[in-house]
Parts: sequence; structure tokens; C-alpha cells
Amino acid sequence: MESGLSAPVNYNKLLMDKQNVKELKDVVIRFSGDSGDGMQLTGTLFSDTSALMGNGISTFPDYPAEIRAPQGTVAGVSGFQLHFGSGNVTNPGDYCDVLVAMNPAALKANAKWLKPDATVIIDGDTLTEKSVQKAGFATLDPIKELGLENHNVVVPNITSMTKEALAETGLDNKSIVKCKNMFALGICFYIYNRPFDHAKKYIDGKFLKKNPAVAEANKLAMDAGYNYAANTHAFANTYDVAPSPLEKGVYRSISGNVATAWGLLAASEKSGRPLFCGSYPITPATVILEELAKHKSLGAKTVQAEDEIAGICTSIGAAFAGNFAVTTTSGPGLSLKSEALGLAVMAELPLVVVDVQRGGPSTGLPTKTEQSDLVQALYGRNGECPVVVLAASTPSDCFHYAFQAGKIAMEHMTPVILLTDGFIANGSQPWRIPSMSDYPAIVPPVCTALDEDEAQYMPYKRNPETLARRWAFPGTEGLEHRIGGLEKDKLKGSVSHDPANHQIMTNTRAEKVARVVNVIPDQTVMGADEADVLVIGWGGTLGHLQTAVEELQAEGKSIALCHFNYINPLPANVRDIFKRYRRLVVCELNAGQFAGYLRQNFQEFTFEQFNKCEGQPFTVIELKDKFNELLAK
Amino acid sequence: MCTYKYTAADFKSDQEVKWCAGCGDHAILNSVLKALPEVAEKQNIPHKMFTVISGIGCSSRFPYYVRSYGMHTIHGRANAIATGVKTANPDLSVWVATGDGDSLAIGGNHFIHAIRRNVNLNVVLFNNEIYGLTKGQYSPTSKLGKITKTSPYGTVEKPFNPGELVIGAKGTFFARSIDAEMELTKNCLVEGAAHEGFSIVEVLQNCVIFNDKTHALFAGDKATRAENTITLKHGEKMLFGSQKNKGLMLDGMKLKVVTVGENGVTEDDILTHDAHEKDTTLHVMLAAMKYPDYPVALGVIRLVEDDAVYDKKVAEQVEQVKADSKIKCMDDLLRSGATWEIK
Repeated sequence: MESGLSAPVNYNKLLMDKQNVKELKDVVIRFSGDSGDGMQLTGTLFSDTSALMGNGISTFPDYPAEIRAPQGTVAGVSGFQLHFGSGNVTNPGDYCDVLVAMNPAALKANAKWLKPDATVIIDGDTLTEKSVQKAGFATLDPIKELGLENHNVVVPNITSMTKEALAETGLDNKSIVKCKNMFALGICFYIYNRPFDHAKKYIDGKFLKKNPAVAEANKLAMDAGYNYAANTHAFANTYDVAPSPLEKGVYRSISGNVATAWGLLAASEKSGRPLFCGSYPITPATVILEELAKHKSLGAKTVQAEDEIAGICTSIGAAFAGNFAVTTTSGPGLSLKSEALGLAVMAELPLVVVDVQRGGPSTGLPTKTEQSDLVQALYGRNGECPVVVLAASTPSDCFHYAFQAGKIAMEHMTPVILLTDGFIANGSQPWRIPSMSDYPAIVPPVCTALDEDEAQYMPYKRNPETLARRWAFPGTEGLEHRIGGLEKDKLKGSVSHDPANHQIMTNTRAEKVARVVNVIPDQTVMGADEADVLVIGWGGTLGHLQTAVEELQAEGKSIALCHFNYINPLPANVRDIFKRYRRLVVCELNAGQFAGYLRQNFQEFTFEQFNKCEGQPFTVIELKDKFNELLAK
Repeated sequence: MCTYKYTAADFKSDQEVKWCAGCGDHAILNSVLKALPEVAEKQNIPHKMFTVISGIGCSSRFPYYVRSYGMHTIHGRANAIATGVKTANPDLSVWVATGDGDSLAIGGNHFIHAIRRNVNLNVVLFNNEIYGLTKGQYSPTSKLGKITKTSPYGTVEKPFNPGELVIGAKGTFFARSIDAEMELTKNCLVEGAAHEGFSIVEVLQNCVIFNDKTHALFAGDKATRAENTITLKHGEKMLFGSQKNKGLMLDGMKLKVVTVGENGVTEDDILTHDAHEKDTTLHVMLAAMKYPDYPVALGVIRLVEDDAVYDKKVAEQVEQVKADSKIKCMDDLLRSGATWEIK
């Protein structure tokens, strides 16, 4: 080390020389480094490997908005936290057992997420005076400065050992140094007794054809890291984490954004309507568009539009032409789509708008999670403009709710907004692969001929039960008709400025959305039918809320969880549920939007709130503290 | 061989036309209603395939007056919505009725990108150099200094010339007509519809209420039009005037108006119009010609073949990937890549 810091000697000696294999129930690892250090890949390879071993998994990529923020600064630190275990893993964990820090800045940014007995692995080569100062440390001993002396701090010289291991590869220095993340991965594979197969197969798949030397180097670095960990005796124990007792079946790892894209494709297949996605790239929603663009083999057409407005407008055009049309975005994009969404409401066309929420307002926190678009989704349009609003709550259930969004949109001829968020969109978990035969058919009211009582096509004639109008595509003989954004005659669809007609149409549009309640499931509660505290949540906070509530229930506390996925309309039995609990607390990652919505709908109840706007998920610890406080009152 | 024979009446809707008496839109509607049967016959397109999309503005009431599929959408978005319609179903004959405010102001972005993508749409751009539906504010094509309700002391911003904009963006088809020149408008529309790619016909239209006679100096009556406009035809000499003795030639890098028989100019010196030339230089110059220095160019100014037609290419790619991919259905996709089994 240039600075002469002797950290490796000082801290490694704290570790006992043991080679015991211990059994653990669950582990949280956080990989962190510069945003160019490949931490997302490292974390993904570790979590996919663990998933393949049958562990329960939940991941949380936490990365900066900049692609390559200044190297070595705290602002440029990219993190990937993963929680794997032998039980039901529902969230990525609050605090970590192992922190891999590729430089001092990563250590500084993440030290607050360490468990008291956590292991810290930091690249010793980066503990130079320059890097330590760049990371903003006041002294040259980051470990001491952060008060980590009592942690298991391991300081392997990852960069130089990677260089040494790859000296014979003939690659240039830059390419060699790029492999240091695989060295770190090798260390973790050793500690947690993970096999290399999946990671090496992935590396081959990614590099072998393009650049075999790079593939070889990455694999060598992985081996070198593993061997280093085995040989140094720096790690007191290695650990096994048994497979999770998951339901039998074929599994895969899936992120929320990919699951959303696949759910939309599934709705297309089940409805027989080709998928059309007009979208504009926006963090953290872009992966949905990218994923759909890959699956043209399933008939999906994707248009990367010139802007957010064109994204929704091309989709509205496609919906008119008979496609299952979707547009994907995040909060700022939803703002831009507002006017066009009103057109889809007026024209009564099926359309799914996916909003992967991020921290706002304005550009806000593009890569951080929040639930602050709820009110925008419910009301953010001119006029009386109701749409159906759904929210997914885990990476894998994005598939289900995207499918449901498509089903409701097409069968009820209405726009549906599906809310996800940056946390579940980027996070991933094992998912038991469904069979499409388990999913219901989607039967849109496609019209191919005039009804017997029709002399000419009446575009706003409705199904008396759902109030959905029929869907007649251009190109259908004899059903030529015009729709548009001006108020429509309640039957003929021609422009109408008649006051009574406007009242009828306003009521009808609202009633049509309200009647979706007839096709959605009843709200469920996790826990007893009656209790002191009912925790109320919605969307992507499920994992944390569920763990907090279950842990308190295990302690015998009188608490239950009511977690919502159907936001508008709300399920029919909500009032009956709320009645049975002494205190109601609405927990959400915003300033209280769902709480306000519930107050408007259920004025007889008192809703307490627990809110957070830090761009981060809840922690189980803070939730339990809050619930204990309420339980004690 | 064509089985689709219609008349204008087949495309006329039962809706009462609500434009002002004397508005140029009436003439444009009639031109379109005459063009559609011709398009149906020439291109073998049945009535059910015609779809008219519009944005907002007086001209955008258009879909209500055409018996076809139609959508009267929101301000500025007609080109984006029509792009979606056409991309979803390339077999449709998709028409866009739009105005200078709709496509060149609020919808400018969608307009240029529809041109760039070369979506096979047939756009009719009504250019009256004014906002009519909001009762008389200047538009992006209003002349510099124009006095309107929002520019009581005259505008201080220069207008767009739609032709320069379209050709500058490498549009593959641009034609111009005048509302009163119904036969010319119809011919341009038919030719634009036959063009595979984005076609735009700018119709200089008179707003009798808020911008009366804005084009009158060169378009006011037949005699004026003969002297002050030039109707370009591919392969023909660029001659104009009631005697057809005035013409255009190149003087260095500029166009010059000359009279055949004067100063030794013969017909051989007059430029021959090549609408198919890919290079945009001369087409831009022709589209940019302004009265009184030049005659205003009418007819098909630019018509170039370009295989990169967006809606067609999107569909072809889908078919290609479908043929090549092992993933044929959702169950295939769900089981693709890394999976593991818990027994």
C-alpha cells in the first residue's frame, strides 16, 4: 500500500483461525464499489447462484443516478444487497452480515448498514492516502474512524492479487483490473460454500464468443479469490445456508421489471390481442421496454417514442387499432402522459400504464424508491377522469398484477395504471414458474358485426353488467365510427354538448370503473380477524411489513397486516375488515397519500400513519419499533 | 382488377359540417372526399380500411365529416396517435388531418419524428397561418410582424415554412396546394397516398374570419395564381404564368425567375423538375420560394423512394424474429434461461 497503512496485519489478526462449517438460517451480503466496479453483476451472480441452490432470495440494487460518478467518491458508490436464507425470505434485509467494499468510499457509504458482528471485506490496495481522502475521511484510518475495530475486518489486496493472478493472460492492465469484482465474488463463494457453475456459465455466455481472453480472466479471478479465501485462514468459518422449503416446482429468479414485462406478454397471449408498447426510456422503468423489445417472437411491437407523450399516444392509436396497448414510465413521465390518459378515458380504450415509482417531485431521486405517485395515479388528470389503479407488491407478483391490469383494461375497456416502484422493479426473488394453463382467458368485447337491433354501429353501447363498450377495430366491415376527446353522445359517440348527456357520461365512466370491484378478489388479512393493531400497506412495502408483523406475531403481539394491491376500486370488504381492529396504521413511503385516500373513502375510522421519504425501503427494525409503540398505547 | 369502386358520397358522413361559411376547409374536405375513392380504386383498398386521425383545431374536426374509422384526439398528438394506429395495423390507410398550430407548434416533436421514421401516413396540413378555433392568435406560420390578438403590436418571431421543415427533416414526400385548387389538392393527395412512406400535403387555406386573404396576394383568384404560383410536375419544365413563358433557372446556387424569349433565355435553360432526386437542396429551395420574389411552388415538390418505412419494418422484424426464435409462446419464455427444480 502506498500510504503505508498496515491495516491487513492489524485487522486480520482479530480473526480466529477456524475452518468450521456452520449452518446459518439466513445471511445478508452487501456488495459495494464504484459505479463502474461491476457490483450489480457481482451481486446478481451471487444471488442467482444461491437461488439455484434453493435458497429464498430477496435483492436490493441501490445505485446512483450517474452512470460513472466521480471514481472513489461516496456519491459514486453502487450497492447491491442480497438476503438469502433457508426460510421464507420476503425482503432484502435491513443490515448486512458481510459488506464487500471495493474502496474506502464504499465503506464509508455503507458502514451504517452493518450488523454489530458483521464482516467487512475491503480491498486493501485502495486504502491509500489519496483514496481515503477522496472518500471524505478525516484521518488515514477509515476503520477506526468509522468505529469498526470490533467488526471482523478483512483487508485482502484484491486489486494486486487480481493483477497477479491474471498476469499471464496477456490482457492489458485496465481489462485485468476490471476482473477484481470476480475476485471478490470468489471470496464470498468460499465463505458461503457456493458452487461456481452458474457464474462461470454466465461469464462464458457473456464473453466467450466476443472475447475469450476476458471470459478466461474473469473465471481465473473468481478462482483466485476463492483460493485466497481458502488459503489465508482469514475467515474464521465458512457457512452453509440450507435450501428454503419452497413449494415443489420449477423456479427461476425474476426481477420486478422483467416480471411486469412478462405479465403484459401473458395478457397479450391470453387475449389474442398483439402487444404494443409505446414508451420512452426513463429510470427505473426502462427495463420493461427493453425486455418487451426482446420478445418480438411473441408478436410484441415496441416503439421507442420521441417523448413520453408520444409513448402513450402511439399506444392509444394501437389500442384503437385493436392491439393490447401498454406504456411504461415513472413519475415524471406519468405527469407528461396525463392529458393523453384523459383521452383514453374519454375514448374508453383499453390501455395499461405502468408507473415504476421513484423519489419525486420533479426529477427527484431517479434510482431510489418511493410510493409518492399514488395520488397522481388516482387523480392527476383534468376533469372527472377515473381509471383503475393496481399496485404490485413483490418482484414476482408484478407478473400477476401486470396480467390482471391487462385483463381488466381489455375486458372493461378502460385505462389501468399499474404502480410498481424502484425497489421491487430492480429487486429480484425466486419465482415458481406458473403454467399459462393456470391463467384465465381474457375476453375483450371485440365487436365484428352489428347487433341485431343496430342499423349503424353505436360505439358507446354498453355491456349492461360491466358498462364496457365494445371494441371495433378499423378494418372491420360495416362498423366505421368516430371517437375522440370531445364529450360523446351516450350511444352514437358523436360530439355532444348536451348538459344531461355529460352528466350521464360522467356518471357512467365512474360507475364502469367502480364495477371492476365485482371481478377483483376480497381483501385478505395476514393474522387474526381481530387485533389491537392493523397494519395497512400497499404495493412494494409488503416484504418489510410482512416480516415486521410476523416477527411481532411470533412474540405473541396482537397485530395483523392488511396489504392492498387493488387501489381503485378498493375491494368490497374493506370496511368490514377495518371495523374489527382497535388501531389502524397506514405505512407507506410517501407523506400519507393512501392514508388520505382511505380517510376519504372511510370517514368513520381513524387512520394513524407511518411514513418515510428517504428514497429507501422501510427497515423491519423501524417498523417493529413503531408497531410496538402503538401496541403499548 | 380492382373491386373497390366508391364515390365521394360513400365517404361523406351524416354529420353536419360546422365550419364557417366561406372557410377553405370546405374545399379541402371536398378534395379529400374525391381523393379517397380514387385511392381505394388505385391501391385496391376497401372502405373499411380508411382511418382518419386528427388533433385539435378547426381542421381537426375533419374525422367527423368522413365516413370511415376515425379519432379526433388531443392537441398536437395526431401524428403520434396515427403512428400507433399504422404501426399496429400497417394494412390500414391512415390519414391525418392537422393544422399549422397542431403539427408545427404543440405537436412539432411528433411531426418531425413521424417524418424521420417515415411512417406510411397521409397527412393533410391545413395552413391558414392563424389559430382559428381559439379565435385569432398568431401561429408558427404567421408572417413576421403579423398583428393578432396575442400580438397586438405585431409578432417578433419568424415563421416556419412547412416545406422547408419537412424536406429539411428528409421527408420523403412533400406537396403543396391551395384550398381553392381542388383538383390539384386531390391529385396531390392521391399521389401522396400512393407513396410508401410519410406523405404530407400542405394546403394553403383561407380562414375567412380571423386571417382572411392571408394567401391572397398570390392565391386570391385564378389569374393571380397563374402568375404568382408554379405547379411543379416531375419531369416537366418549371414554367409558369398565364402564357407559360416564365420559368425558373439556376443562377449560381440560387433560383432565378426568367422569361423565355427574353435576354436570350430559351426553354432549354429552364430547370426540369426532378421530384425523385434524393438530395434535398433544390427541393428546399423550391419549397422556400416566397411571393413576390418568386412564384409559390405548388404540386409534388418531393417524392423519393425509401425502403425504410417504419410500420413496414417493425412488422417485418416481428415476423423475422418469430421465424427465428425458439420461444413460440409464453410457456416457452417462462422456462427459458436459468431455472431449477424443487422436488
